[in-house]
Amino acid sequence: MFDICELCEPETLAEAKAIYAANPELKVIAGGTDVLIRMQHGSLAGAGLLSLRCIPHLDEIQLLADGTLSIGAMAPFTRIFEHELIRKLVPVLGEASVSMGGPQVRNVATIGGNLCNGAVSADSASTLFALDALLKLETAEGERIIPMRDFYAGPGKVNLLPGELLVAILIPREGYEGMGGHYIKFAPRKAMDIATLGVAVVCKIRENRFVELRIGLGVAAPVPVRCFEAEDYAKGREVTWECVQEIARLALKPAKARSSWRASKDYREHLIEVLAQRAVAEAVKRGGGCCAN
Amino acid sequence: MLTKNAAGVKARKRLCMTVNGRAVEIEIDIRESLLDVLRDRLQFTGVKQGCSVGECGACTVLIDGTPMNSCIYLAAWAHGKTITTIEGLAQDGLLTPVQEAFVDEGAIQCGFCTPGVVLSTTAMVDSGKSFTHDEVRRELSGHLCRCTGYQKIVDAAERALREAATAADESPV
Repeated sequence: MFDICELCEPETLAEAKAIYAANPELKVIAGGTDVLIRMQHGSLAGAGLLSLRCIPHLDEIQLLADGTLSIGAMAPFTRIFEHELIRKLVPVLGEASVSMGGPQVRNVATIGGNLCNGAVSADSASTLFALDALLKLETAEGERIIPMRDFYAGPGKVNLLPGELLVAILIPREGYEGMGGHYIKFAPRKAMDIATLGVAVVCKIRENRFVELRIGLGVAAPVPVRCFEAEDYAKGREVTWECVQEIARLALKPAKARSSWRASKDYREHLIEVLAQRAVAEAVKRGGGCCAN
Repeated sequence: MLTKNAAGVKARKRLCMTVNGRAVEIEIDIRESLLDVLRDRLQFTGVKQGCSVGECGACTVLIDGTPMNSCIYLAAWAHGKTITTIEGLAQDGLLTPVQEAFVDEGAIQCGFCTPGVVLSTTAMVDSGKSFTHDEVRRELSGHLCRCTGYQKIVDAAERALREAATAADESPV
């Protein structure tokens, strides 16, 4: 049995926000694949849970009138991977979604939970960094929309105010339109494993030149990071193998890799360079470019 | 809706769900997992407790037709849902084609992972979709078998999918 002292199951978002405002000490639970496992391991003892599972429409994936792709925070990874809009507009996010956990976990684990958990290894995080995603956060008082990059405060820490809920992930049109993308998850196993490194790349190519390149790295620093030096270098340059190699070298700049039992610092840095190279090359290909070496 | 658990008093909740085609109404403790309720209260011991943290897939059941790990699913969440455990497949002693495929391929050794794997395969067959070899392996990747390997399990799943596709082709529309 889980060490839970109470379980709140609001049926509307307004009700959830009101309960959370009055009881900010509650632990929010979405799919439960992080929270319940932590409880099984003995943390969060005696917590009260605020479950968002009975709230309808919080899992919807839709295209807003201005072309923004909106993904409800409660959308499970299987739904994201299979959804037509994701396949059509941001296949790279589908790629990241299906790399997470295993099928039974993906059937219940939500993208919002994945982000709010604050893990640097979150498969959706580096991809949403690369896609310049925004987060819609709501409290009983009001809402704010912040860039993904402002959300991560440190390992396992995110910038949510007391009583604030992540409601949706927004990917504006300029974040995805005309972009080729690729996500590489490097892990010892193909399923049920935590990324040793995650590299997400999206790029826009015109006449075999980089119009735009965005790279997000997971597990390269205490929080997911963007590789701005590499991105700036690429802008306007012709796509050549040498250029891709230089981009990959520059991708190391924001990295603050450290040694852990999963991998040494040196190994992680090697992975960043090699996998950035591969991910950029594949994203270029998918974006209609060519960097044959 | 706000289920308070004041000073050691167990917070309880009335749970209505359908398990293996039968309506079940039961009072549960909010601290229980769906696995706890299915095994210990309803005696569906075909649902196996393995790792308890969603890694091994032994506790997999179908919730509204979708495979999920019942060990990390609150029993309270099952309210209004339709649950299928391995006990819900065979009817009047007759195995389902998926179960037959596992027997025919010899895809069972100790049997501990089998209920979960059979249910995940059943979900694939019931989806009516077709799956590539890699997709079959991916859909079964949330199950650990510690006896031998996965070849026969994958063979059995592919056999079940093949036979279901053939049966669908032959059935009059």
